[in-house]
Amino acid sequence: MKAFAFSQTHLVPDQYRAALSDPAAGGYAAFEGWVRNHNEGLAVTRLEYEAFEALANKEGERIVAEAIERYGVIKAACVHRIGTLAIGDLAVWVGVSSRHRAEAFAACRYIIDEVKHRVPIWKKEHYVNGDSGWVNCERCATHAHDHDHGHEHEGHRPPATGYGQKKD
Amino acid sequence: MSSPPLFGLVLAGGASTRMQRDKAALEYHGQQSQLRWAFNLLSDSCAATFVSVRPDQRNDATRASFPQIVDREPGAGPIAGISAALLEHPKVAWLVLACDLPFLTAATLNHLVERRDPQRVATAYRSSHDGLPEPLCAIWEPAARESVLAYLASGKQCPRKFLINSDVALLDLPDARALDNVNTADEYGAAQATLAVGDRPPATGDRTDSASLARVPRPETRAPAATRTVRVQYYAVLREQAGRSEETLDTNAATPADLYEELRRRHDFRLTSSQLKVAINANFSEWQARLAHGDTVVFIPPVAGG
Repeated sequence: MKAFAFSQTHLVPDQYRAALSDPAAGGYAAFEGWVRNHNEGLAVTRLEYEAFEALANKEGERIVAEAIERYGVIKAACVHRIGTLAIGDLAVWVGVSSRHRAEAFAACRYIIDEVKHRVPIWKKEHYVNGDSGWVNCERCATHAHDHDHGHEHEGHRPPATGYGQKKD
Repeated sequence: MSSPPLFGLVLAGGASTRMQRDKAALEYHGQQSQLRWAFNLLSDSCAATFVSVRPDQRNDATRASFPQIVDREPGAGPIAGISAALLEHPKVAWLVLACDLPFLTAATLNHLVERRDPQRVATAYRSSHDGLPEPLCAIWEPAARESVLAYLASGKQCPRKFLINSDVALLDLPDARALDNVNTADEYGAAQATLAVGDRPPATGDRTDSASLARVPRPETRAPAATRTVRVQYYAVLREQAGRSEETLDTNAATPADLYEELRRRHDFRLTSSQLKVAINANFSEWQARLAHGDTVVFIPPVAGG
């Protein structure tokens, strides 16, 4: 499978997991990001993901290659949804196979964190009250919030952080 | 009135069914693919050069490293590539080149460019075989756009018939064999043998490294008066605020930073450049990089994957 890919349709982790199997692997770790029904105190009804695919594919592949190099894992991959998603849908999948569990967890964590920070993917939330907004883009100036792994965007340094739905 | 700038388009979207190999990947001129050779050849005459691909070819190994224009009507053949180019950059003329013309030389191409008639729909060579226009080594002016779209909409797809029925400047070929194309494995072998004998000098130098592709436009061919035509694509919140997903504009902005300020005023963008990143031709770029004629620029709002 490709190291990094987008899908317009439902993600199928079982398929991706099979592609990571390897006789030398002693284990596999995966992370699934799901669409949650609330964010920042607002009830969310659905999400839209949009990507600048030409650049996103390159950056995503770089991240997966970095994870393999850095943690010495056997195989790794990431698939991200685009399009309209409902509550409970799988938005992103990351999988890593490796000799031992520690590096599998670490590489998995690295990939999802870097994807959230670096890959040009945008998320629009639609709320129960009828409003909608692009996460990280539209309320930055008026909102401050702690986030467990910093802001979603390196070049973006207003006081606010963390509009993303936290997956971890 | 000056002529619209000339951009280059290598047609590389064919199925190569008779060759049973990808014609774009064949090698006639040393180790470089025919696609790269054609791309370099066009880059010598054009302000910017692109490769025409079908949607499913965007990431293939032969084509992925080039600036691309993706067919909007895949399956319609070469005219789909030409119409996509005319739509993407509506203010420029396109020097269109098929990638299966191994005997083409820089001299033949220059002859065409020097005799271009921008008042006509196209400037093309007359085939040395049947006297009809050769659409796939020709200059298509911006004025061709509406009639090409109408032609496609009426279900027709033959670019040659289109030119036969259009106001075209027709030239005699300086070299009768220059546009002989190569469609089968036998013809490929024969063409390689002919070229190896050396009776046709290579048409272009050996500029092959990928770095030269990152910035396609060549400084000496930039449009005058410092204006350049750039294409801007918008995503997410910027797409909504601009009310469009892309636009092509002539600008005096020298850097992405200047360009963003210009567009921010025009579209009333709320984000400042310090909140964005920028990409040129699908690579992350510095804000103070020099913009070149034909660049595609994307301003990247704060991302939110995962």
